[in-house]
Amino acid sequence: MTGRIGTFAAALVAFAALALLGRVLPNWFVLVTTLAFAKGLVALGLVVLMRSGLVSFGQGTFFCAGAYAAGLAMRSLGITDAVLLVVLGGALALILGLLIAPLLAGYRGIFFATLTLALSMIVYGILDKTYSLGGSDGINLQAPTFLSYQPQTSQEASYALFVLASLLTAIASALCRIHFDSIRGLLSLAARDNEIRVEYLGASVRWVSGANFVIAGVLGGIGGALAALSLGHIDPDFAFWTTSGEFVFLAILSGHASVTAVFVAAVLLELVRSFSSQYFPNTWQGALGIFLLLVILFLPDGLGSLVRRRRPTTAKAAPKPVERVK
Amino acid sequence: MNIAAAIFVDGLIDASWLFIVAVGLTLVFGVLNILNFAHGSLFAVGAYTAASAVGWYYGGNFGPAFLGYFVMLGAALLVAVALGPLLERGVLRLFYRRDEVVIVLVTYALFLILEDATKLIWGVNPYYAYEPYGLLGNVSVFGLSYVGYDFALVGLALVTGVLLWLGLNRTISGKVVLAVIHDRDMSGAMGVNVTRVFVLAFTFGVFLAALGGAFTAPKISVQPGISISVILLSFAVVVIGGLGSVEGAAIAALIVGLARAAAIHLMPSAELFIVYLVMALVLALRPEGLFQRMATRKI
Repeated sequence: MTGRIGTFAAALVAFAALALLGRVLPNWFVLVTTLAFAKGLVALGLVVLMRSGLVSFGQGTFFCAGAYAAGLAMRSLGITDAVLLVVLGGALALILGLLIAPLLAGYRGIFFATLTLALSMIVYGILDKTYSLGGSDGINLQAPTFLSYQPQTSQEASYALFVLASLLTAIASALCRIHFDSIRGLLSLAARDNEIRVEYLGASVRWVSGANFVIAGVLGGIGGALAALSLGHIDPDFAFWTTSGEFVFLAILSGHASVTAVFVAAVLLELVRSFSSQYFPNTWQGALGIFLLLVILFLPDGLGSLVRRRRPTTAKAAPKPVERVK
Repeated sequence: MNIAAAIFVDGLIDASWLFIVAVGLTLVFGVLNILNFAHGSLFAVGAYTAASAVGWYYGGNFGPAFLGYFVMLGAALLVAVALGPLLERGVLRLFYRRDEVVIVLVTYALFLILEDATKLIWGVNPYYAYEPYGLLGNVSVFGLSYVGYDFALVGLALVTGVLLWLGLNRTISGKVVLAVIHDRDMSGAMGVNVTRVFVLAFTFGVFLAALGGAFTAPKISVQPGISISVILLSFAVVVIGGLGSVEGAAIAALIVGLARAAAIHLMPSAELFIVYLVMALVLALRPEGLFQRMATRKI
């Protein structure tokens, strides 16, 4: 139990520190970080999924669902409260996840990847041609309110959204850490290593991967709603495969060892992107590709593994990891 | 009736280049166990190279017009020889011991790099290689007028498919490739030079992608972004047909081509996602694709 309280305390400290930092940092940095946190939440969901050995190339489906839930609730129902909109985004993603999970939980490896990719492209295709939902132009969002607090300047508005993003990030991080260390979370790792062994131990791999898929979906929806509020605009590109590819990139970059690494990686990526798209717009994707290759080659477990390697005491105390049987 | 005929012919033409590209993708998957995300970029590189070569050839009056087709073939060969061994030996080789999903990510990175490399070399303005397109005149089918080149493309796809099937099933080296597809370790133990088969098969896959690109180039404007649509379509074809199956790729290319043609004629707004709808349906009913036998689990 102390582990859980410690995790929540750490999350609270991190949130307080972020909220204070946001007061000091320049406005552009706050904006970039908000978007990075939104994408980091989606990537965190993908990390949850990847721990059970599944990689979704279509996480944009949920990202897009969350964004459109928020955008449409704002446009049609007149809801402007950011907290409620984020909750709505997560709720739609939850429903979607519960519907899709039973269909997808039986697939593995490349089939899972291509099927999720296909789903996201179906969503993209439908939204692109549905003119009542804005078609390929998308929808513009108005400035949100925060629990009856109406920011007066754009500076205040971006700070308020940043605080909300930080809060959600801290909560999601803590919950994911607890999930990772729980029995189901550890079963995910076991299922990744050897599914049959897990089945013989009496656990259901289908259940484990289905649950992880739903969790990843909800995180994707929340991230999508946050991104929509932060960008002030939604369009079908939220479901496009390049968007999903970016989440996969983030998840690979951060690795599955550390939750914090996901958000560090997201902020880094977002900073690198805003600089390089300004200074060398035509080679930015290629640079990303080379970076991705190098990470996979030299840091197979992501940025998170760097932190783990620096802890000599735990490394010595822990038993040697068993070679994976394929 | 007229619409049905138009759908059929359009679907057939669409299926022809799709088959050439997808069969390369499926071959690479069969031999190397790599789902190559960069396949679409290789298609694009082939299209750009062919467009440049065709422009150079017809600009300089080097010989009879029909030789332009051989220039396009040469362009595809050039791309294959230049990029195939480079990518396989230079990059992919380093990742063979990793998960197959990780290798998909590696090829995704390659795709991003190649995408920018083509932009650096050829710029972002479209290229046109229209000369070879008009050479074969027009053909009338079911009372509809078609460009003869499109049917030459169907012929090319047929020749490619038949040669590939014969090469795999009726020659010694083809059977060696089949042995490697069936069991890499065992064929290595029997004395097959698996590394060489890998390099050759990958290079041949690159050749097929570039060939598809080179011979599609006269029909389209070659510009950034074509690689994306091509890779998504050929992914769908390969998955529907069953990963690693040549016959499956042929049937699936036909299915996808017809589905797309039907969508364009009957419901244009569905063109984008009908392919994925078909793919999702096939995968839901037969997860291994139409022509793939259930793999035995190896632990």
